[in-house]
Amino acid sequence: MKLLTCPMNGPRNIDEFQSFGPVRAKLDPNATADRDWSRHLFRAENRKGILVEWWRHVPSNYFFLAERDLVTNEIIRTFDASQLRDRA
Amino acid sequence: MPLRLLKYGLSRDYPVSGDIPATPELKPAYDVVIIGGGGHGLSCAHHLAKYHGIKSVAVLEKGYLAGGNTARNTTTIRSNYITPEGIAFYKEGVELFERLSQELDFNVMFSQRGQLTLAHTEATVRSFHMRAEMGRHMGTRTEVVDQKGVEELCPLLNMDYGGPLEILGGLWHADGGTARHDAVAWGYAAQASRRGVEIHQRTEVQGFEVAGDRVRAVKTNRGRVACGQVLIATGGMNYDVALMAGVELPIRCYPLQAMVTQPLKPWLHTLVSSVSLHTYLVQSSRGEVVIGGGSDPYQLYSTRSTLDMKEHLAEGAVHLFPFLQGVQLLRQWAGITDMTPDYSPIMGASPLANLWLDCGWGTWGFKATPVAGKRMAQTIAEGRVPDILKPFALERFETFRLLNEMGATAASH
Repeated sequence: MKLLTCPMNGPRNIDEFQSFGPVRAKLDPNATADRDWSRHLFRAENRKGILVEWWRHVPSNYFFLAERDLVTNEIIRTFDASQLRDRA
Repeated sequence: MPLRLLKYGLSRDYPVSGDIPATPELKPAYDVVIIGGGGHGLSCAHHLAKYHGIKSVAVLEKGYLAGGNTARNTTTIRSNYITPEGIAFYKEGVELFERLSQELDFNVMFSQRGQLTLAHTEATVRSFHMRAEMGRHMGTRTEVVDQKGVEELCPLLNMDYGGPLEILGGLWHADGGTARHDAVAWGYAAQASRRGVEIHQRTEVQGFEVAGDRVRAVKTNRGRVACGQVLIATGGMNYDVALMAGVELPIRCYPLQAMVTQPLKPWLHTLVSSVSLHTYLVQSSRGEVVIGGGSDPYQLYSTRSTLDMKEHLAEGAVHLFPFLQGVQLLRQWAGITDMTPDYSPIMGASPLANLWLDCGWGTWGFKATPVAGKRMAQTIAEGRVPDILKPFALERFETFRLLNEMGATAASH
Protein backbone atom coordinates (compact mmCIF):
# COMPACT_ATOMS: atom_id res chain seq x y z
CA MET A 1 0.00 0.00 0.00
CA LYS A 2 1.41 3.36 -1.02
CA LEU A 3 0.63 6.30 1.24
CA LEU A 4 -0.10 9.82 0.13
CA THR A 5 -0.15 12.51 2.79
CA CYS A 6 -3.19 14.68 2.25
CA PRO A 7 -2.73 18.21 3.62
CA MET A 8 -6.21 18.00 5.13
CA ASN A 9 -6.69 14.31 6.01
CA GLY A 10 -3.14 13.18 6.75
CA PRO A 11 -1.50 9.98 5.39
CA ARG A 12 -4.00 7.81 3.54
CA ASN A 13 -3.89 4.90 1.09
CA ILE A 14 -3.18 6.32 -2.37
CA ASP A 15 -6.24 4.37 -3.56
CA GLU A 16 -8.37 7.06 -1.90
CA PHE A 17 -6.95 9.68 -4.23
CA GLN A 18 -7.40 10.54 -7.86
CA SER A 19 -4.68 12.09 -9.98
CA PHE A 20 -5.62 15.13 -12.03
CA GLY A 21 -2.32 15.51 -13.84
CA PRO A 22 0.33 18.21 -14.05
CA VAL A 23 -0.31 21.81 -13.05
CA ARG A 24 -0.60 23.98 -16.17
CA ALA A 25 -0.27 27.71 -16.45
CA LYS A 26 -3.53 29.55 -17.07
CA LEU A 27 -3.96 31.14 -20.48
CA ASP A 28 -5.66 34.43 -21.28
CA PRO A 29 -8.54 33.32 -23.55
CA ASN A 30 -8.58 36.68 -25.33
CA ALA A 31 -4.93 36.69 -26.21
CA THR A 32 -4.10 33.08 -27.03
CA ALA A 33 -3.39 31.77 -30.52
CA ASP A 34 -4.76 28.36 -31.62
CA ARG A 35 -1.26 26.96 -31.54
CA ASP A 36 -0.81 27.90 -27.90
CA TRP A 37 -4.22 26.48 -27.03
CA SER A 38 -3.23 23.19 -28.62
CA ARG A 39 -0.03 23.19 -26.62
CA HIS A 40 -1.91 24.00 -23.45
CA LEU A 41 -4.42 21.22 -24.01
CA PHE A 42 -2.25 18.41 -25.30
CA ARG A 43 1.37 18.84 -24.19
CA ALA A 44 1.39 18.06 -20.51
CA GLU A 45 4.63 17.91 -18.56
CA ASN A 46 6.28 14.51 -18.92
CA ARG A 47 9.99 15.14 -18.30
CA LYS A 48 11.84 12.73 -16.05
CA GLY A 49 12.14 14.61 -12.79
CA ILE A 50 9.86 16.28 -10.27
CA LEU A 51 6.27 16.83 -11.36
CA VAL A 52 3.90 19.27 -9.65
CA GLU A 53 0.45 17.78 -10.04
CA TRP A 54 -3.14 18.01 -8.89
CA TRP A 55 -4.63 15.34 -6.67
CA ARG A 56 -8.05 14.93 -5.17
CA HIS A 57 -8.93 13.11 -1.99
CA VAL A 58 -12.07 11.43 -3.28
CA PRO A 59 -14.10 10.88 -0.07
CA SER A 60 -13.67 14.49 1.05
CA ASN A 61 -13.53 15.97 -2.48
CA TYR A 62 -10.51 18.05 -1.48
CA PHE A 63 -8.13 19.14 -4.25
CA PHE A 64 -4.48 19.77 -3.44
CA LEU A 65 -1.01 19.61 -4.98
CA ALA A 66 1.86 17.19 -4.77
CA GLU A 67 5.46 17.17 -5.91
CA ARG A 68 6.33 13.69 -7.08
CA ASP A 69 9.38 12.16 -8.74
CA LEU A 70 8.33 10.66 -12.09
CA VAL A 71 11.12 8.09 -12.02
CA THR A 72 11.28 6.92 -8.39
CA ASN A 73 7.60 7.66 -7.62
CA GLU A 74 8.70 9.32 -4.38
CA ILE A 75 6.18 11.88 -3.14
CA ILE A 76 8.35 14.76 -2.06
CA ARG A 77 5.69 16.97 -0.51
CA THR A 78 2.00 17.78 -0.67
CA PHE A 79 0.49 21.21 -0.09
CA ASP A 80 -2.69 23.20 -0.29
CA ALA A 81 -3.47 24.96 -3.57
CA SER A 82 -3.37 28.35 -1.84
CA GLN A 83 0.42 27.97 -1.64
CA LEU A 84 0.62 27.73 -5.42
CA ARG A 85 -1.34 30.98 -5.72
CA ASP A 86 0.94 32.64 -3.19
CA ARG A 87 3.99 31.49 -5.09
CA ALA A 88 2.73 32.76 -8.47
CA MET B 1 30.10 -39.36 -27.53
CA PRO B 2 27.75 -41.67 -29.40
CA LEU B 3 29.30 -42.15 -32.82
CA ARG B 4 26.03 -41.59 -34.60
CA LEU B 5 26.08 -37.96 -33.45
CA LEU B 6 29.51 -37.37 -34.98
CA LYS B 7 28.26 -37.32 -38.57
CA TYR B 8 26.07 -34.35 -37.63
CA GLY B 9 28.88 -32.65 -35.77
CA LEU B 10 31.24 -32.98 -38.73
CA SER B 11 28.75 -31.83 -41.36
CA ARG B 12 29.21 -28.54 -43.15
CA ASP B 13 25.96 -27.22 -41.66
CA TYR B 14 27.42 -27.34 -38.18
CA PRO B 15 27.63 -25.26 -36.06
CA VAL B 16 24.22 -23.85 -36.84
CA SER B 17 24.51 -20.08 -37.01
CA GLY B 18 22.35 -17.99 -34.72
CA ASP B 19 19.45 -16.08 -36.17
CA ILE B 20 20.78 -12.72 -35.08
CA PRO B 21 24.47 -11.85 -35.41
CA ALA B 22 26.44 -10.39 -32.50
CA THR B 23 26.64 -6.59 -32.29
CA PRO B 24 29.27 -5.39 -34.79
CA GLU B 25 31.52 -2.34 -34.54
CA LEU B 26 29.62 0.91 -35.02
CA LYS B 27 30.38 2.52 -38.38
CA PRO B 28 30.80 6.31 -38.62
CA ALA B 29 27.71 6.73 -40.82
CA TYR B 30 24.54 4.98 -42.01
CA ASP B 31 21.84 5.95 -44.49
CA VAL B 32 19.19 5.22 -41.88
CA VAL B 33 19.54 5.06 -38.12
CA ILE B 34 16.60 3.45 -36.32
CA ILE B 35 16.48 4.20 -32.62
CA GLY B 36 14.83 1.35 -30.77
CA GLY B 37 15.38 -2.38 -31.31
CA GLY B 38 11.83 -3.42 -30.59
CA GLY B 39 9.29 -4.88 -32.97
CA HIS B 40 8.48 -1.59 -34.71
CA GLY B 41 12.09 -0.58 -35.34
CA LEU B 42 13.08 -4.06 -36.55
CA SER B 43 10.00 -4.26 -38.77
CA CYS B 44 10.96 -0.94 -40.34
CA ALA B 45 14.54 -2.19 -40.86
CA HIS B 46 13.25 -5.34 -42.54
CA HIS B 47 10.97 -3.42 -44.89
CA LEU B 48 13.72 -0.92 -45.75
CA ALA B 49 16.14 -3.70 -46.65
CA LYS B 50 13.72 -6.05 -48.42
CA TYR B 51 11.37 -3.72 -50.26
CA HIS B 52 13.31 -0.50 -50.69
CA GLY B 53 16.86 -1.78 -51.17
CA ILE B 54 18.19 0.38 -48.34
CA LYS B 55 20.75 -1.75 -46.53
CA SER B 56 22.95 0.79 -44.80
CA VAL B 57 20.73 0.66 -41.75
CA ALA B 58 21.67 0.57 -38.07
CA VAL B 59 19.16 -0.34 -35.38
CA LEU B 60 20.32 1.10 -32.05
CA GLU B 61 18.97 -0.59 -28.95
CA LYS B 62 19.75 0.64 -25.45
CA GLY B 63 19.20 -2.76 -23.81
CA TYR B 64 18.68 -6.10 -25.48
CA LEU B 65 16.64 -6.92 -28.54
CA ALA B 66 12.88 -6.60 -28.03
CA GLY B 67 13.22 -6.33 -24.25
CA GLY B 68 10.91 -3.35 -23.85
CA ASN B 69 7.25 -3.10 -24.73
CA THR B 70 7.64 -5.73 -27.47
CA ALA B 71 8.11 -8.30 -24.73
CA ARG B 72 5.66 -6.71 -22.30
CA ASN B 73 2.47 -6.33 -24.31
CA THR B 74 -0.36 -8.83 -24.11
CA THR B 75 -0.21 -9.79 -27.82
CA THR B 76 -3.63 -8.68 -28.98
CA ILE B 77 -4.09 -8.25 -32.72
CA ARG B 78 -7.29 -6.60 -33.90
CA SER B 79 -8.75 -3.84 -36.05
CA ASN B 80 -12.11 -3.14 -34.38
CA TYR B 81 -11.50 0.56 -33.82
CA ILE B 82 -13.96 3.33 -34.45
CA THR B 83 -12.46 5.97 -36.74
CA PRO B 84 -12.26 5.07 -40.46
CA GLU B 85 -8.62 6.17 -40.49
CA GLY B 86 -7.80 3.96 -37.53
CA ILE B 87 -9.64 0.93 -38.88
CA ALA B 88 -8.03 1.24 -42.33
CA PHE B 89 -4.58 1.28 -40.77
CA TYR B 90 -5.08 -1.54 -38.26
CA LYS B 91 -6.88 -3.65 -40.88
CA GLU B 92 -3.75 -3.60 -42.99
CA GLY B 93 -1.87 -4.59 -39.83
CA VAL B 94 -4.06 -7.65 -39.28
CA GLU B 95 -3.67 -8.67 -42.93
CA LEU B 96 0.11 -8.50 -42.63
CA PHE B 97 -0.05 -10.73 -39.54
CA GLU B 98 -2.08 -13.28 -41.50
CA ARG B 99 0.94 -13.98 -43.71
CA LEU B 100 3.73 -12.93 -41.37
CA SER B 101 5.16 -16.40 -40.69
CA GLN B 102 5.62 -16.91 -44.44
CA GLU B 103 7.05 -13.42 -44.89
CA LEU B 104 9.63 -13.99 -42.17
CA ASP B 105 10.21 -17.73 -42.64
CA PHE B 106 9.79 -17.80 -38.88
CA ASN B 107 6.81 -19.18 -36.98
CA VAL B 108 5.22 -16.26 -35.12
CA MET B 109 2.41 -18.57 -33.96
CA PHE B 110 -0.33 -16.29 -35.24
CA SER B 111 -3.69 -17.60 -34.09
CA GLN B 112 -6.69 -15.81 -35.53
CA ARG B 113 -9.16 -16.98 -32.92
CA GLY B 114 -11.30 -13.85 -32.70
CA GLN B 115 -11.82 -11.29 -29.98
CA LEU B 116 -14.96 -11.01 -27.86
CA THR B 117 -15.48 -7.71 -26.04
CA LEU B 118 -18.19 -7.77 -23.40
CA ALA B 119 -20.84 -5.16 -22.62
CA HIS B 120 -22.28 -4.92 -19.13
CA THR B 121 -24.32 -1.77 -19.81
CA GLU B 122 -26.74 -0.61 -22.50
CA ALA B 123 -24.43 2.31 -23.27
CA THR B 124 -21.62 -0.09 -24.12
CA VAL B 125 -23.99 -2.10 -26.36
CA ARG B 126 -24.79 1.12 -28.26
CA SER B 127 -21.11 1.92 -28.71
CA PHE B 128 -20.58 -1.65 -29.97
CA HIS B 129 -23.24 -1.10 -32.65
CA MET B 130 -21.33 1.94 -33.81
CA ARG B 131 -18.04 0.07 -33.91
CA ALA B 132 -19.64 -2.89 -35.70
CA GLU B 133 -21.20 -0.67 -38.38
CA MET B 134 -17.98 1.21 -38.89
CA GLY B 135 -16.01 -2.03 -38.99
CA ARG B 136 -18.35 -3.57 -41.54
CA HIS B 137 -18.20 -0.42 -43.64
CA MET B 138 -14.41 -0.62 -43.66
CA GLY B 139 -14.44 -4.31 -44.58
CA THR B 140 -13.52 -5.96 -41.29
CA ARG B 141 -15.36 -8.79 -39.59
CA THR B 142 -16.97 -7.08 -36.62
CA GLU B 143 -20.51 -7.71 -35.35
CA VAL B 144 -22.65 -7.29 -32.25
CA VAL B 145 -23.76 -10.53 -30.62
CA ASP B 146 -26.53 -10.99 -28.03
CA GLN B 147 -26.35 -12.96 -24.78
CA LYS B 148 -26.93 -16.26 -26.55
CA GLY B 149 -24.20 -15.39 -29.01
CA VAL B 150 -21.78 -14.62 -26.18
CA GLU B 151 -22.57 -17.93 -24.51
CA GLU B 152 -21.98 -19.82 -27.72
CA LEU B 153 -18.65 -18.11 -28.35
CA CYS B 154 -17.40 -18.49 -24.79
CA PRO B 155 -19.46 -21.05 -22.84
CA LEU B 156 -17.34 -20.83 -19.69
CA LEU B 157 -18.10 -17.13 -19.10
CA ASN B 158 -19.99 -16.11 -15.98
CA MET B 159 -22.95 -14.27 -17.55
CA ASP B 160 -24.01 -12.90 -14.13
CA TYR B 161 -27.71 -13.03 -15.11
CA GLY B 162 -29.66 -10.64 -12.91
CA GLY B 163 -26.46 -9.45 -11.26
CA PRO B 164 -24.85 -6.01 -11.35
CA LEU B 165 -22.39 -7.03 -14.05
CA GLU B 166 -24.75 -9.03 -16.26
CA ILE B 167 -23.26 -9.49 -19.72
CA LEU B 168 -25.79 -7.92 -22.09
CA GLY B 169 -23.96 -8.67 -25.31
CA GLY B 170 -20.63 -8.55 -27.01
CA LEU B 171 -18.64 -7.21 -29.91
CA TRP B 172 -17.38 -10.19 -31.88
CA HIS B 173 -14.33 -9.47 -34.00
CA ALA B 174 -13.53 -12.58 -36.02
CA ASP B 175 -10.37 -10.96 -37.45
CA GLY B 176 -8.86 -10.63 -33.97
CA GLY B 177 -6.03 -12.86 -32.88
CA THR B 178 -2.78 -13.26 -31.08
CA ALA B 179 0.83 -14.11 -31.92
CA ARG B 180 4.07 -14.71 -30.09
CA HIS B 181 5.54 -11.23 -29.63
CA ASP B 182 9.17 -12.31 -29.19
CA ALA B 183 9.01 -14.34 -32.38
CA VAL B 184 7.72 -11.32 -34.31
CA ALA B 185 10.73 -9.25 -33.25
CA TRP B 186 13.23 -12.08 -33.75
CA GLY B 187 11.79 -12.91 -37.16
CA TYR B 188 12.15 -9.31 -38.32
CA ALA B 189 15.64 -9.08 -36.81
CA ALA B 190 16.77 -12.26 -38.51
CA GLN B 191 15.43 -11.19 -41.91
CA ALA B 192 16.81 -7.68 -41.61
CA SER B 193 20.30 -8.76 -40.53
CA ARG B 194 20.41 -11.36 -43.31
CA ARG B 195 20.03 -8.45 -45.74
CA GLY B 196 22.77 -6.35 -44.19
CA VAL B 197 21.00 -4.38 -41.49
CA GLU B 198 23.20 -3.97 -38.41
CA ILE B 199 21.59 -4.48 -35.03
CA HIS B 200 23.49 -2.75 -32.23
CA GLN B 201 22.42 -3.90 -28.80
CA ARG B 202 23.56 -2.15 -25.62
CA THR B 203 23.88 1.03 -27.69
CA GLU B 204 22.18 3.96 -26.01
CA VAL B 205 21.34 7.19 -27.80
CA GLN B 206 22.44 10.09 -25.61
CA GLY B 207 21.83 13.07 -27.87
CA PHE B 208 21.49 14.46 -31.36
CA GLU B 209 23.64 16.78 -33.42
CA VAL B 210 21.12 19.09 -35.04
CA ALA B 211 22.12 21.63 -37.69
CA GLY B 212 19.35 23.82 -39.05
CA ASP B 213 16.33 21.60 -39.61
CA ARG B 214 18.30 18.35 -39.92
CA VAL B 215 19.79 15.76 -37.63
CA ARG B 216 23.43 15.39 -38.66
CA ALA B 217 24.43 12.70 -36.23
CA VAL B 218 23.27 10.61 -33.33
CA LYS B 219 25.46 10.53 -30.24
CA THR B 220 25.63 7.17 -28.48
CA ASN B 221 27.52 5.58 -25.61
CA ARG B 222 29.62 3.84 -28.30
CA GLY B 223 30.40 6.95 -30.31
CA ARG B 224 28.98 9.33 -32.89
CA VAL B 225 27.02 8.08 -35.88
CA ALA B 226 26.24 10.33 -38.85
CA CYS B 227 22.87 9.61 -40.39
CA GLY B 228 20.88 10.30 -43.54
CA GLN B 229 17.52 9.64 -41.94
CA VAL B 230 16.54 8.86 -38.35
CA LEU B 231 13.51 7.04 -36.98
CA ILE B 232 12.44 7.20 -33.36
CA ALA B 233 10.68 3.98 -32.34
CA THR B 234 11.52 3.64 -28.67
CA GLY B 235 8.15 2.84 -27.07
CA GLY B 236 8.01 4.15 -23.53
CA MET B 237 11.12 6.29 -24.12
CA ASN B 238 9.72 8.14 -27.15
CA TYR B 239 9.05 11.37 -25.28
CA ASP B 240 12.50 11.32 -23.76
CA VAL B 241 14.36 10.55 -26.98
CA ALA B 242 12.41 13.07 -29.07
CA LEU B 243 13.09 15.72 -26.44
CA MET B 244 16.83 15.21 -26.93
CA ALA B 245 16.28 16.32 -30.53
CA GLY B 246 14.29 19.32 -29.32
CA VAL B 247 10.92 17.81 -30.28
CA GLU B 248 8.30 17.91 -27.55
CA LEU B 249 5.66 15.24 -28.13
CA PRO B 250 2.12 15.32 -26.71
CA ILE B 251 2.81 12.19 -24.68
CA ARG B 252 2.46 11.22 -21.06
CA CYS B 253 3.99 8.02 -19.72
CA TYR B 254 2.02 5.57 -17.62
CA PRO B 255 2.92 2.05 -16.50
CA LEU B 256 0.74 -0.76 -17.84
CA GLN B 257 0.71 -3.94 -15.81
CA ALA B 258 -0.06 -7.50 -16.76
CA MET B 259 0.39 -11.02 -15.44
CA VAL B 260 0.08 -14.69 -16.40
CA THR B 261 -1.26 -17.72 -14.62
CA GLN B 262 0.28 -21.15 -14.47
CA PRO B 263 -0.24 -23.20 -17.65
CA LEU B 264 -3.64 -24.83 -18.03
CA LYS B 265 -5.05 -27.08 -20.72
CA PRO B 266 -6.58 -25.07 -23.59
CA TRP B 267 -9.99 -23.82 -22.48
CA LEU B 268 -10.17 -20.18 -23.61
CA HIS B 269 -10.59 -20.22 -27.36
CA THR B 270 -11.11 -16.50 -28.01
CA LEU B 271 -9.63 -13.30 -26.69
CA VAL B 272 -12.02 -11.97 -24.04
CA SER B 273 -12.16 -8.39 -22.90
CA SER B 274 -14.46 -6.49 -20.57
CA VAL B 275 -14.72 -2.73 -20.80
CA SER B 276 -16.43 -2.26 -17.44
CA LEU B 277 -14.07 -4.55 -15.55
CA HIS B 278 -10.94 -3.15 -17.23
CA THR B 279 -9.76 -6.71 -17.69
CA TYR B 280 -8.92 -8.84 -20.68
CA LEU B 281 -7.73 -12.40 -21.01
CA VAL B 282 -6.03 -14.50 -23.63
CA GLN B 283 -4.65 -18.00 -23.31
CA SER B 284 -1.18 -18.35 -24.78
CA SER B 285 -0.14 -21.37 -26.81
CA ARG B 286 1.76 -22.52 -23.71
CA GLY B 287 -1.53 -22.59 -21.82
CA GLU B 288 -0.82 -19.64 -19.57
CA VAL B 289 -3.69 -17.20 -19.21
CA VAL B 290 -2.41 -13.70 -19.90
CA ILE B 291 -4.39 -11.10 -17.96
CA GLY B 292 -4.14 -7.40 -18.67
CA GLY B 293 -6.13 -4.27 -18.00
CA GLY B 294 -6.01 -0.51 -17.91
CA SER B 295 -2.97 1.65 -17.31
CA ASP B 296 -1.86 2.78 -13.88
CA PRO B 297 -3.86 5.74 -12.54
CA TYR B 298 -1.01 8.27 -12.62
CA GLN B 299 2.07 9.19 -14.69
CA LEU B 300 5.29 7.33 -13.95
CA TYR B 301 8.50 6.14 -15.65
CA SER B 302 8.66 2.83 -13.86
CA THR B 303 8.09 -0.83 -14.62
CA ARG B 304 7.38 -1.77 -11.04
CA SER B 305 4.26 -3.80 -10.26
CA THR B 306 1.73 -2.89 -7.60
CA LEU B 307 -0.49 -5.10 -5.52
CA ASP B 308 -3.43 -2.75 -6.14
CA MET B 309 -3.40 -3.27 -9.90
CA LYS B 310 -2.78 -7.02 -9.64
CA GLU B 311 -5.70 -7.36 -7.24
CA HIS B 312 -7.84 -5.42 -9.66
CA LEU B 313 -6.88 -7.69 -12.56
CA ALA B 314 -7.42 -10.81 -10.48
CA GLU B 315 -10.83 -9.54 -9.38
CA GLY B 316 -11.92 -8.96 -12.97
CA ALA B 317 -10.56 -12.30 -14.17
CA VAL B 318 -12.20 -14.28 -11.37
CA HIS B 319 -15.48 -12.47 -11.92
CA LEU B 320 -15.54 -13.47 -15.60
CA PHE B 321 -14.25 -17.00 -14.99
CA PRO B 322 -14.87 -17.94 -11.34
CA PHE B 323 -13.04 -21.27 -11.71
CA LEU B 324 -9.79 -19.29 -12.01
CA GLN B 325 -9.94 -18.57 -8.27
CA GLY B 326 -7.55 -21.38 -7.32
CA VAL B 327 -5.11 -20.82 -10.15
CA GLN B 328 -1.65 -19.53 -9.32
CA LEU B 329 0.04 -16.55 -10.88
CA LEU B 330 3.31 -17.34 -12.55
CA ARG B 331 4.71 -13.95 -13.54
CA GLN B 332 3.88 -10.27 -13.33
CA TRP B 333 5.39 -7.28 -15.05
CA ALA B 334 4.81 -3.77 -16.36
CA GLY B 335 5.80 -1.69 -19.34
CA ILE B 336 5.99 2.07 -19.77
CA THR B 337 3.36 3.25 -22.23
CA ASP B 338 3.61 6.52 -24.15
CA MET B 339 0.01 7.70 -24.13
CA THR B 340 -1.30 10.28 -26.57
CA PRO B 341 -4.30 12.52 -25.82
CA ASP B 342 -6.51 10.79 -28.43
CA TYR B 343 -5.32 7.19 -28.02
CA SER B 344 -3.97 7.12 -31.58
CA PRO B 345 -0.30 6.88 -32.51
CA ILE B 346 1.91 9.64 -33.93
CA MET B 347 3.49 8.54 -37.20
CA GLY B 348 5.25 10.51 -39.89
CA ALA B 349 7.19 13.73 -40.00
CA SER B 350 8.69 15.69 -37.12
CA PRO B 351 9.70 19.37 -37.13
CA LEU B 352 13.13 18.18 -38.32
CA ALA B 353 13.34 17.26 -42.01
CA ASN B 354 15.10 13.90 -41.64
CA LEU B 355 13.76 12.84 -38.25
CA TRP B 356 10.74 10.53 -38.46
CA LEU B 357 8.38 9.50 -35.71
CA ASP B 358 6.83 6.12 -34.94
CA CYS B 359 5.62 7.13 -31.50
CA GLY B 360 2.64 7.39 -29.22
CA TRP B 361 1.97 3.67 -29.27
CA GLY B 362 0.67 3.71 -25.72
CA THR B 363 -1.05 0.45 -24.91
CA TRP B 364 -1.91 -0.52 -28.51
CA GLY B 365 1.38 -0.92 -30.39
CA PHE B 366 1.98 -4.65 -30.82
CA LYS B 367 -0.80 -5.22 -33.35
CA ALA B 368 0.72 -2.53 -35.56
CA THR B 369 4.27 -3.93 -35.58
CA PRO B 370 4.16 -5.13 -39.21
CA VAL B 371 2.13 -2.26 -40.66
CA ALA B 372 3.91 0.55 -38.83
CA GLY B 373 7.27 -0.85 -39.94
CA LYS B 374 6.09 -1.27 -43.50
CA ARG B 375 4.60 2.21 -43.77
CA MET B 376 7.42 3.99 -41.92
CA ALA B 377 9.95 2.27 -44.21
CA GLN B 378 7.97 3.54 -47.19
CA THR B 379 7.93 7.02 -45.65
CA ILE B 380 11.69 7.05 -45.08
CA ALA B 381 12.52 5.55 -48.48
CA GLU B 382 10.29 7.92 -50.44
CA GLY B 383 10.80 10.93 -48.21
CA ARG B 384 7.08 11.56 -47.95
CA VAL B 385 4.23 10.32 -45.83
CA PRO B 386 1.81 7.90 -47.55
CA ASP B 387 -1.92 8.70 -47.42
CA ILE B 388 -2.71 5.92 -44.93
CA LEU B 389 -0.39 7.55 -42.36
CA LYS B 390 -1.38 11.19 -42.91
CA PRO B 391 -4.19 11.23 -40.31
CA PHE B 392 -1.65 10.20 -37.65
CA ALA B 393 0.59 13.22 -38.15
CA LEU B 394 1.96 15.14 -35.19
CA GLU B 395 0.31 18.31 -36.60
CA ARG B 396 -3.15 16.93 -35.88
CA PHE B 397 -2.94 18.32 -32.37
CA GLU B 398 -2.28 21.82 -33.64
CA THR B 399 -5.15 21.66 -36.11
CA PHE B 400 -7.46 19.96 -33.59
CA ARG B 401 -8.04 17.02 -35.96
CA LEU B 402 -7.79 14.39 -33.28
CA LEU B 403 -8.41 10.70 -33.97
CA ASN B 404 -10.31 9.67 -30.90
CA GLU B 405 -9.88 5.96 -30.27
CA MET B 406 -10.25 6.10 -26.51
CA GLY B 407 -13.50 4.14 -26.41
CA ALA B 408 -12.11 1.46 -28.69
CA THR B 409 -8.84 1.22 -26.78
CA ALA B 410 -9.18 1.53 -23.03
CA ALA B 411 -8.80 -1.85 -21.39
CA SER B 412 -9.73 -3.75 -24.52
CA HIS B 413 -6.40 -3.94 -26.30
